Amino acid sequence: MTDKQRDVLLSIQDLHVWFELRRFGLGHAGYVKAVDGVTFDLHYGETIAIVGESGCGKSSLMKTILGLNKPTKGKVVFEDKDISAFHAEDLRQYRAAIGYVQQDPFGALAPFMNIQRILEEPLIINGVKDPAERERRVRKVMEEVKLSPVDDFLHKFPHMLSGGQQQRVVIARAIILEPKLVVADEPVSMLDASVRVEILKLLRGLQEKYRLAVIYITHDLSTVRYFSERVFVMYAGNIVEKAPVNSLVHNPKHPYTSALMDATSDPDANNALQYRELPPGEPPSLVNPPSGCRFHPRCPRRMENICDVEEPYELQADDHLVACWLYK
Amino acid sequence: MAEQQKNTLLHIEDLVLHFKTTKGSVQAVDGVFFDLGYKEAVVVLGESGCGKSSLAKAILRLLPRNVDRYGGKVFLEGTDTMAMDEEQYRQNVRWVRMSLVPQAAMNSLNPVLKVGDQVAEPMMVHHGVKKEEALVQAAKMFQHVGVPVDFLDRYAFELSGGMRQRVAIAMALVTAPALVVLDEPTSALDVLTQANIFNVLKRLKKELEVSFVLITHDIATSSELADRVAVMYAGQIVEVSDAHRFFAEPLHPYSRMLMASVPRLRANQEPEFITGQPPSLLNPPKGCRFAGRCPKRFAKCSEEPPIANVDGIQVKCWLYTS
Repeated sequence: MTDKQRDVLLSIQDLHVWFELRRFGLGHAGYVKAVDGVTFDLHYGETIAIVGESGCGKSSLMKTILGLNKPTKGKVVFEDKDISAFHAEDLRQYRAAIGYVQQDPFGALAPFMNIQRILEEPLIINGVKDPAERERRVRKVMEEVKLSPVDDFLHKFPHMLSGGQQQRVVIARAIILEPKLVVADEPVSMLDASVRVEILKLLRGLQEKYRLAVIYITHDLSTVRYFSERVFVMYAGNIVEKAPVNSLVHNPKHPYTSALMDATSDPDANNALQYRELPPGEPPSLVNPPSGCRFHPRCPRRMENICDVEEPYELQADDHLVACWLYK
Repeated sequence: MAEQQKNTLLHIEDLVLHFKTTKGSVQAVDGVFFDLGYKEAVVVLGESGCGKSSLAKAILRLLPRNVDRYGGKVFLEGTDTMAMDEEQYRQNVRWVRMSLVPQAAMNSLNPVLKVGDQVAEPMMVHHGVKKEEALVQAAKMFQHVGVPVDFLDRYAFELSGGMRQRVAIAMALVTAPALVVLDEPTSALDVLTQANIFNVLKRLKKELEVSFVLITHDIATSSELADRVAVMYAGQIVEVSDAHRFFAEPLHPYSRMLMASVPRLRANQEPEFITGQPPSLLNPPKGCRFAGRCPKRFAKCSEEPPIANVDGIQVKCWLYTS
C-alpha cells in the first residue's frame, strides 16, 4: 500500500472542544463537551467521512478544523504547523488552503450578489487584483463544476438557481483558490435524491482530478461508500470506530455502527413487513456524558460493571480501530 | 363500480390544481389519479418541484388564494367530497376522516402552548368534547406514538426533533381519522430517528387501522411503509404500482432512472443520476413531460401518452401500449 507512505496533511491530536455554560451569564455551570479527545491523521489527497447523528460533535470538530473554534485542549496541525498559533496573515493563508462546502447552499450564498461577484470574492480577498484574471478564473471554475454555458449563469442571482445549481456555486467557491483540503458539511442533505448523486459524483471527480483531501461530514451511511476511503464514526464527542470504508460496511464492529447500519434502508418492499431493531433512547447530553463507554445506556450488548465504569478498550486490528469492551 | 368503491377508502381521479401567477398558470397538479384501500399506505414519490406538496393541499382542499383551476374527483369512503361546500367539508372531512401532517410540522408547533393542549385541540374543535376528555384522548395518542405521557405538560422547545415529529403525528391522529396524509415526515431527521418514526407509523397502521398517503422524495426510506407506490413527475402521475413489483422492477423509464439513482448500503451498485432538469410547470411540454430526459423516447412521445394497464400496474407511457 502506498497509502501508508503518503504524507500527513492534517493531524488532529487529542482534540477537546468544550464550551462553557454560564448561569445567568455569570457563574460557571459546567461545560458542553462537544469534542472530547479526538485523534486522527488525514493524508494528502485522501477522502474521509465523519458519520454521526446531530449533536455528536461533528460540526464542532469541523469548525475547529476551519479555525472558527479554539481548541480547549489538544492540537490541530496543518502541514506541520499548529493552527492555534496562527495570526492574521497566517490564518488568511490557511483559510485559502481549505475550502468549505456548507450544508444549506441557499443560506450560504449572499442573496444580493450575482454568481460572478460571489466567486470573485475569495480572489479579491486573496489579492488577485487584475479583473480580467479574476474573470478568467471564475469562468474556469464554473466550467469545472459544470455550470455551463457560463454566460447564462454569470449574472444570475442565487434565488434564480435550483438547489443543485446553488450547491455547484458553493463548491466552485470552495475550490476557486485551489485548496489542498475541502471540508464538506452534509453537502447533499438538503437536495433531492436524484441530484444528490450528481453532486457527490461532481465532488468525487474534482477530488480525483486535483488530488484534494476531503472531509465529508454526514449522517447518511449509504452515500459514504461511494465517496470516501476511510470512515470515522462519532458518538457523543468521541470517535468510536475508524475503518476503511469496505471493512466498515461489511464488518461493522462497534454496536453503535451496527445500529446506524441497521437503521439505514435500501429500497426493498420487504422493509414494510417488519419493524427495525433500534437502540432505545436518544444521544446523551454532552454536559454530563455517561461514565465509561458513552453508548452503554443504549447498547444492546453492554456488560455490567465494565462498560458503565471504565473507558472503552481500544482495539486496533490492521487499519480498523474500535473502542469497545466486546473486543478485549 | 359501486362494489369496487366500497372497498376503496380514497379514490382520486383527474385531480387538477393550477396556480395563478403573473407569468401565467402553474400546473402544479395536473391529472393525478390513484386508489387507496383501508389499512393501506400509498407512497407518492417525486423530485422537488414536481407538485407533491400541492397534491397534499389539493387532497385536503387546503387551497391558497391564487388558485387558477381546481377540479377532478376525490371520493372518500364512496362520498364525493368535491360536491361538498366548505363548511360541510370542514365539519365532515377535514381532521374528522382525513388529516394532514404538513412538511416541517415539528417546527410549526406553537411555542407558547403546552404540547398536550395542542394535541387535544382538534378533539375539542371537531368533536366538541370538554378539555379534560380531550386531554385523556391526547394522552392515549401519546402512548401510541411513543411519547411519555408526562410530556403533555411540556413545551415544544423542551422536546427533541424526533419527539416533536411524534407530537405532530399524534395531533393528526387524535380525532381517529381513517386517512392521514404525511408530507415529508422525516426529511429533517437523523437516521436513527427516521427509522424510529417509521417503526411508529408501521405500528399505528396495525393498531389504529389507519391508512397513509406518504409524500416523499426519499425512495429508500419510503419502502419502509409502502403498500402501493405512485410516481409523480411534473404534476402528473406516471406510474401506480404495488410496492413489491415496484421496488423489484419499476416500469416507467422515469421510475427506473429514479430507482437507479438511489445509493445503496448493501449492494455494490454505482448510482446513476438523471441528466437534465424537470420541465417548468408554467408551460409544460406537449406530449409526455419526461420525453426531454428519457433515453427511450421515440416519435410518438410528442403526443400525450395514454395510461396503459400492465397486469394491474398503471403506466403513463407509450412503451406499454400495444
